[in-house]
Amino acid sequence: MRLERRRLLAAGIVTAAGAVFGASGLAQAKERVIRVTARKFAFLPREIRLKKGVPVVLEFVTADVVMGFNAPDFHVRADIIPGKVSRLRLVPDKTGTFVFLCDIFCGDGHEGMSGQIHVVA
Amino acid sequence: MRQSIDRRDFLKLAGLGGVVFASGLAGGAKFAGAAQDDFYFVQLSDTHWGFNGPVVNPDAGGTLPKAVAAVNSLEFEPDFIVFTGDLTHTTEDPKERRRRLAEFRDIVKGLKNKNVRFMPGEHDAALDNGQAWKEFFGPSFYSFDHKGVHFIAIDNVSDPAARIGEQQLAWLKSDLAKQAADARIVVFAHRPLFDLYPQWDWATRDGAQAIDLLMPHKNVTVFYGHIHQEHHQMTGHIAHHSAKSLIFPLPAPGSQPKRAPILWDPAQPYRGLGFRGVDAEVQKAEYEITEYPVRKA
Repeated sequence: MRLERRRLLAAGIVTAAGAVFGASGLAQAKERVIRVTARKFAFLPREIRLKKGVPVVLEFVTADVVMGFNAPDFHVRADIIPGKVSRLRLVPDKTGTFVFLCDIFCGDGHEGMSGQIHVVA
Repeated sequence: MRQSIDRRDFLKLAGLGGVVFASGLAGGAKFAGAAQDDFYFVQLSDTHWGFNGPVVNPDAGGTLPKAVAAVNSLEFEPDFIVFTGDLTHTTEDPKERRRRLAEFRDIVKGLKNKNVRFMPGEHDAALDNGQAWKEFFGPSFYSFDHKGVHFIAIDNVSDPAARIGEQQLAWLKSDLAKQAADARIVVFAHRPLFDLYPQWDWATRDGAQAIDLLMPHKNVTVFYGHIHQEHHQMTGHIAHHSAKSLIFPLPAPGSQPKRAPILWDPAQPYRGLGFRGVDAEVQKAEYEITEYPVRKA
């Protein structure tokens, strides 16, 4: 676990466990916040546009069932729980188009529940 | 031994000879276990009973019965048959889920060989933590021994987050502790235990922990499903072989933007679907895999 965390920190990325913020937001208050709504079986927005090296806070909500947000290329994920707001800080360390997907099986249609992160320089 | 040699001779003569995969670190080391007969088993996977999508498989109701007939018509009877998950296609209706599981069970009762092992896939089990599946097929993870090989079935689907979980990992550790370092070990799973392509959810969240537990054992081979195609990959000395589906094929990992089923080709019906026979040569820890179509061309 420690090795994994070091690896992610080295990549400029902090996982959900280390980056779920309290309600105050504290030092990250000035960072851009993008709210993502998960519902059966889609993310809104489906496309997220970011800049390399610029931190953002992704804020997840759902009114349906427990879902997951996973962006494997950045080694980050978060649970999305009805009635709660999950937050994930992401500092993209590369440019390109990358997949994100729901990684908690949530019903018939789960397998099509994905979107894209576009990172520009 | 005799039957295995006869079967392999037959496969070669019939032009069906399979591909031989050595398990792990065998490398000529003499197996300390008692001399054992070689044997073969059949793996079927991802039958998705209840699936409805005519452009993907217009014979969704007929493919499984055809596969059962094809297994029954094999020239040599396997020692056992294993289904590595997604027996049924998912439904959010618990009654319908049980109806599909019952229909699947009744169809596969048509297999002549009655030594059949079952495993769940996420389509069967993830929406109710395997409750309905267990009502029909019993425990979702287990181990058994057959002619010198230790088989372990791992459930990496009943948790909708695709975790094996602490409890099952502890059981796996305890089960493996009873095995010699050179034991012949075959693992069955539904999802890949390694990160094959997480962008398409082709992974197990804590699969690396299972692989870590397996690593001290020299001869480990994993047979799994989930990705609806044949795929072979090593993690260290552990070989992983995925099986074809019996409902629709999926594209190669990352070969296109979306993980969408490959559409039915009327010119080549049942293309990409099938099951496999695995000849286990216990002394050498080798597995010869022969892929069979649903229907002979």
